Amino acid sequence: MVTARGLRKSFGGFEAVKGIDVQVRRGESFGFLGPNGAGKSSTMRMISAVSPPSGGQLRVLGLDPSEHGSRIRARLGVCPQEDTLDTELTVRENLLIYGRYFGIGRREVAGRADELLGFFQLGEKRNEKVDNLSGGMKRRLTIARSLINDPDLLLLDEPTTGLDPQARHTLWDKLFRLKQQGVTLVLTTHYMDEAEQLCDRLVVMDGGLIVAEGSPLELIQRHSTREVAELRFGVGEHAELAASVEDLADRVEVLPDRLLLYTHDGEEALARVNERGLSPVAVLVRRATLEDVFLRLTGRTLVD
Amino acid sequence: MSVLEMTGRQLDYWATVYRRTWKGSAVLSFVQPWLYIGAMGVLLGGYVDDSGFELRGASSYLEFIAPGLLVATAMQVGVGEVMWPVMGAIKWDKTYYAMIASPLRVVDIVAGHLAYATFRVVLTSAVFAAVLAAVGIFTSVAGALGAFGAAVLVGVALAAPVYAFSAGAQTEQGFSLIYRLGMIPMFLFSGAFFPISHFAAPLEWLARLTPLWHGVELARMSALGLWNAMAIVHVVYLGLLLGVGAWWAVRRLERRLVV
Repeated sequence: MVTARGLRKSFGGFEAVKGIDVQVRRGESFGFLGPNGAGKSSTMRMISAVSPPSGGQLRVLGLDPSEHGSRIRARLGVCPQEDTLDTELTVRENLLIYGRYFGIGRREVAGRADELLGFFQLGEKRNEKVDNLSGGMKRRLTIARSLINDPDLLLLDEPTTGLDPQARHTLWDKLFRLKQQGVTLVLTTHYMDEAEQLCDRLVVMDGGLIVAEGSPLELIQRHSTREVAELRFGVGEHAELAASVEDLADRVEVLPDRLLLYTHDGEEALARVNERGLSPVAVLVRRATLEDVFLRLTGRTLVD
Repeated sequence: MSVLEMTGRQLDYWATVYRRTWKGSAVLSFVQPWLYIGAMGVLLGGYVDDSGFELRGASSYLEFIAPGLLVATAMQVGVGEVMWPVMGAIKWDKTYYAMIASPLRVVDIVAGHLAYATFRVVLTSAVFAAVLAAVGIFTSVAGALGAFGAAVLVGVALAAPVYAFSAGAQTEQGFSLIYRLGMIPMFLFSGAFFPISHFAAPLEWLARLTPLWHGVELARMSALGLWNAMAIVHVVYLGLLLGVGAWWAVRRLERRLVV
């Protein structure tokens, strides 16, 4: 569905994407994970056929975006990072008018709009102005709108950024259902839980480059241990204490507010810590996540 | 895909925009001609007609200024439609960004928006021309249609380059400059209210270069039935302005949206 080789994007002197190789297959759900400024959105905009690549090769749905932008976009669904809904129009009008841009007949677009309003639980709001919707509803409407042309490929740029937890879960549920219906999804996110929930395969981006690629599970297995023990000590003590627990784990990460002990058995490590007479203010044993992968690969946390 | 087909796909959007705003603009386009006719044609005209000035073939001051008022109103509507609305579609509502993510191309978006501006100019000019006809300004039906056509041409021809300006504008400050340094001086000094032969030679030539002067001349020769070969020059000038302006608008919007 998408093939990129050595793909680059620069804005003036700034290189946002520094040569990446990506392959997205039909029916899969593919993610770009990375912090703000990693080059995810620039990559998405190039795939959306609205931003010409500065270098490298890009094929979307088998076509070259710089030549067949309009034809490609006819088969894409795009949910941009910032909502671009028409706030003066009603919920339903937003869908109808957008569908017409794809050359879909009025009767057909009306049918699809009603179907999508039902699926995204917006039926009751159909005649409300978009201005009156909550953030979560606007987001659902944006995604509904991106599906009006029954796209072969759905592109979602940070679909749940800025939403409250409940709205995020509602949205994840909808996206998961779309995935089950066989829609190919490409999404960017800086939330690891989102990537773990939705992505079959993902690439981790940092500073315009891909630093790792695989399924969430593979990445965790390859770049982290199974479990993580988090130890919280007093302010400023962490760096000092790291040395005294270093031998208890495969690896120890020092964060400003806690120590992370990477080990196959977190409880065991905790017991050893206590044996040494160390008494952390708070402890937590958890499974490793993509956050740990990211920390390992870049030395930084995802969300600053 | 032809631009025509892609423009047609935007019909429902612009129809919705019009349905939302038509009441205000309809009332205004009906009231405004009467205000002009009353204040400038009848009241001011009373003094001018008594003074015995030669008004280039017009039998009254009202008859002299009516074509200019028609054309200037068309200019206002055409230009107004491509200033704040274009900036809003880029900066505030981001409607253009939604459009560009669909199969629509930049050229289609410009064509659609200019088509809507044209529609607004046509409606306003038609109402204005109808009022002028009711007051007995036109010498013939053909003359009325010609003046109407000239007004539409001016409205659209000026909208095109102003669209280009708006497409690249970062702030709205430029718009008030266009009003104060462009449209109002043109309105006052492009021969709508007095023959530009009253100017000193350099100023007269400056007036001759303004698009509005060409439009006023074209509309007036049509309204009064005093055609001459200069009509071709006027039409070509305004046609070129439209063509170059539209080309420039597509280019500027392309640079703004496709990055």
